[in-house]
Amino acid sequence: MGMVRESQFHVLAVDDSHLDRKMIERLLQKSSCQVTTVDTGSKALEFLGLRESNDPNALETHQQEVEINLIITDYCMPGMTGYDLLKKVKESAAFRSIPVVIMSSENVPARISRCLEEGAEEFFLKPVKLADVTKLKPHMMKTKLKKEGEKPSEEENATLKPEESLVVEMILPLNQELELEQKEPMLSSNKRKAMEEVISADRSRPKYNDITTSA
Amino acid sequence: MNTVVAQLQRQFQDYLVSLYQQGFLDNQFTELRKLQDEGTPDFVAEVVSLFFDDCSKLINSMSRSLERPENVDFKQVDSGVHQLKGSSSSVGARRVKNVCISFKECCDVQNREGCLRCLQQVDYEYKMLKTKLQDLFNLEQQIVQAGGAIPQVNIN
Repeated sequence: MGMVRESQFHVLAVDDSHLDRKMIERLLQKSSCQVTTVDTGSKALEFLGLRESNDPNALETHQQEVEINLIITDYCMPGMTGYDLLKKVKESAAFRSIPVVIMSSENVPARISRCLEEGAEEFFLKPVKLADVTKLKPHMMKTKLKKEGEKPSEEENATLKPEESLVVEMILPLNQELELEQKEPMLSSNKRKAMEEVISADRSRPKYNDITTSA
Repeated sequence: MNTVVAQLQRQFQDYLVSLYQQGFLDNQFTELRKLQDEGTPDFVAEVVSLFFDDCSKLINSMSRSLERPENVDFKQVDSGVHQLKGSSSSVGARRVKNVCISFKECCDVQNREGCLRCLQQVDYEYKMLKTKLQDLFNLEQQIVQAGGAIPQVNIN
């Protein structure tokens, strides 16, 4: 039986406004997340363990400090904007799998599209509400699932006797439940593929939050 | 006594509702209250306090930028208004936020006189709200001291 453990998610929140940092921190805590807040994009990268080497175009990965399940960042920040931070995260081999969410007080459709195209999972209009934060869980679940799915080869090497039938119940994000009842043995690699298919179908849809286009 | 608590709770409820009705607060203040619980009983007061500190600081710096007619730093003023609009929006300070909208318009067309009027208005509004919320928090304190619970108030 493969079940996803409900251990606490750790979110990295980035915002130059002290008040907004306090708000987002409380919102996330109220949703049972562990939170780290920083006030600049550079500090966010530092926290992740990305530091700039002598080559300004390359970001070296030093030891990964902490496991982060989601980054939520303000768009408008002095120096490195939320968009810049998003790009740097998505360009990094080590961290591109971390879901990134952008927040902004301004409803600019072009800005929203740009962020989503760059790989942001969601774009929240400020002020962010509890209802918005609950939308984050599925994104964070994906990273945990992926990690569990990537468990080492011991599973692949295990041989199943032909007579054995498997009943596998998996708990997937967005309350999708997949019940697989087999008469024949199923190799664990197929199981992983099925999971990945479900996940990728969800990723292709861009998500919006309260978007109104101004004429 | 039970009736004392009930009376205070009714007073609190009526006062809070009146703040919404008079446009001082909007739905975001309700959202803010949702974030407060037994583990974080001072959350709203802390956030609101941060907001008023922001107001004071930003109004001062914008005032300095607008001081000399021949040398107004509209970029700085715009930045200040942006921050103020953001903060007021985050806490549900409706009137303050609305003044910020007008303020931004004056800034966009570099209307110094208009900016000064808006600055004065925003100063007035935040101070007014500060007094009102102080009264609200005092009522809350009285309820707690009398052994009662703060009522959940639903605003429609």
